[in-house]
Amino acid sequence: MSNQTSSTIDLIVPEMAPDAMAGVRVTQARVFRSEWIKFRTLRSSWLLLAVAFGSLATIGIAVNWSTILDFAHMDARELSHFNALDDSMVGFQLTQLAVGVLGILIIAGEYSTGMIRSSLAAVPNRLPMLWAKTVLVAALTFVVSVPASLITFFGSQRVLSSHHLQTSWSAPNVPRTVLGVALYLTVVAVMGVALGALIRNIAGAIATFVGIMLVLPGIAGSLPPTWADRINPYLPPTAGQALLAFRADTRVMLPWNGFALFVAYTVGLLGIAAFMLKRKDA
Amino acid sequence: MIRVDKVRKRYGDVVAVDDLTFEVRPGIVTGFLGPNGSGKSTTMRMIIGLDAPTSGAVTVNGKAYRRHVAPLREVGALLEARSIHPGRSARNHLISLAATTGISPARVDEVLGMVGLSEVASKRTKGFSLGMGQRLGIAAALLGDPATIILDEPTNGLDPEGILWVRHLLKRLAAQGRTVLVSSHLMAEMSLTADHLIIIGKGKMLADVSVAEFTRRSALDLVYLRSPATVRLAELLARPGVTITPVGSDRLEIGGLGSDVIGDIAAEHGLPIHELTPHQASLEEAFMDMTRDSVEYHTTNEPATVGASA
Repeated sequence: MSNQTSSTIDLIVPEMAPDAMAGVRVTQARVFRSEWIKFRTLRSSWLLLAVAFGSLATIGIAVNWSTILDFAHMDARELSHFNALDDSMVGFQLTQLAVGVLGILIIAGEYSTGMIRSSLAAVPNRLPMLWAKTVLVAALTFVVSVPASLITFFGSQRVLSSHHLQTSWSAPNVPRTVLGVALYLTVVAVMGVALGALIRNIAGAIATFVGIMLVLPGIAGSLPPTWADRINPYLPPTAGQALLAFRADTRVMLPWNGFALFVAYTVGLLGIAAFMLKRKDA
Repeated sequence: MIRVDKVRKRYGDVVAVDDLTFEVRPGIVTGFLGPNGSGKSTTMRMIIGLDAPTSGAVTVNGKAYRRHVAPLREVGALLEARSIHPGRSARNHLISLAATTGISPARVDEVLGMVGLSEVASKRTKGFSLGMGQRLGIAAALLGDPATIILDEPTNGLDPEGILWVRHLLKRLAAQGRTVLVSSHLMAEMSLTADHLIIIGKGKMLADVSVAEFTRRSALDLVYLRSPATVRLAELLARPGVTITPVGSDRLEIGGLGSDVIGDIAAEHGLPIHELTPHQASLEEAFMDMTRDSVEYHTTNEPATVGASA
């Protein structure tokens, strides 16, 4: 890139016009606006939102499509276990990774690049920045997840209807599960923000996130069954995904109780992140 | 006005800043000098609240930086040059910072023009040279038209033209009545730019003096002289308090006499002089003498001793 810009350099240091200075001060709303500008001016933001939307909207439909193609080979037992709702929403497994990384990048990305110094010099109280990032990531995740959930649900039922395997919006627990996916993903994204703020390093935060959300339940599953049943329901992902369970399962918490515990974990983590952000050197 | 009051900063066992007290006044350029690792950057980070002092207090215009309602209006700072996300364009970077405080995009374009980055404003900063990164950092520092400006090694990575530009810019900012604190580890650079010097070493205050005073105090009064008549000149110049060191057959290094006196004496006796140069490096040498004991990493030729005890 050319460095030949000096011809335009002069030594006039323009002072701001007095009327331009009126009302110049930091507010939470302005910090939110700043975070929105930061978000929308990076390609990675849009890429992750697209992955989140695409994975949630299409994977369930594809899975159900494969079921229809394989229908002739399914025996009675397989058909009795078939769950039109679960299979429609299964894409969230990948989507949670995308929105978790989205939350991590919005803050750990600033530490990795040094941008955080500019951000905190502008907002030295620091917390307005964390709140703005949290609200922004939560809002975007929710706004993207709701339509994607509806697309995968109704798309799947349409695919399944050819063999009369579909369920409907008015069936028990369906609205709670379909919209629950969006709520669950929203909290997952906030957990990403909290981990990113705490760990301040993209790779470290992603590793921790994967450890909590994907590895922990697997390890708990390897414990003797009586232990596993005592621990597993209270792990963050299991608790959060209780909201997505379409039929009563004695091995997980009640849907809203589980989700409330998951929210509590995330809020706790965000609280620690806020405390450390305020306290530690940048 | 920046006031650093009995500030101490410890990172684990390392004392980065040790009982530092000074004031930076408006209307002049204050040079902040010290060898690498002497605590300059740490002090500057504490001024804008990125790091908190272990003890003591730092205030800007009477308050801690974070207590101001519009911090960017109070202090503009260029710390480590790359405080930017490389995937964002220069203009969007500045617009996002300006938005926190309600500073208009028009002001962003104004400062971009000022630092000469208008043409590349919409390019991602990934491709910026070190010098362009510095210019963008300076633009960010000027965004809020702040009364106080602190720049950490602003000439790092700049070409000679850029260095000259920064030097003029600093003087201009000070002439507008702003408080300007600029760090460097090069005395020569500061002696050309600054009016006042704060010199630290190993986090401790070594000197808080005007450049004129520092020059007067540390002047070694060395003058280089080249002439075919060095022997005769050495005889004529010899007097108490004057040191004359011959260098080669046609040069003298004279301490304790000004170049004007030497020139006059030579003229009186009709002796030819081919060169008469006051020693410019003396400030740098005085600075190095002052900080020698506080340089973080001495070069050494001593082999490491292998401890062997019974």
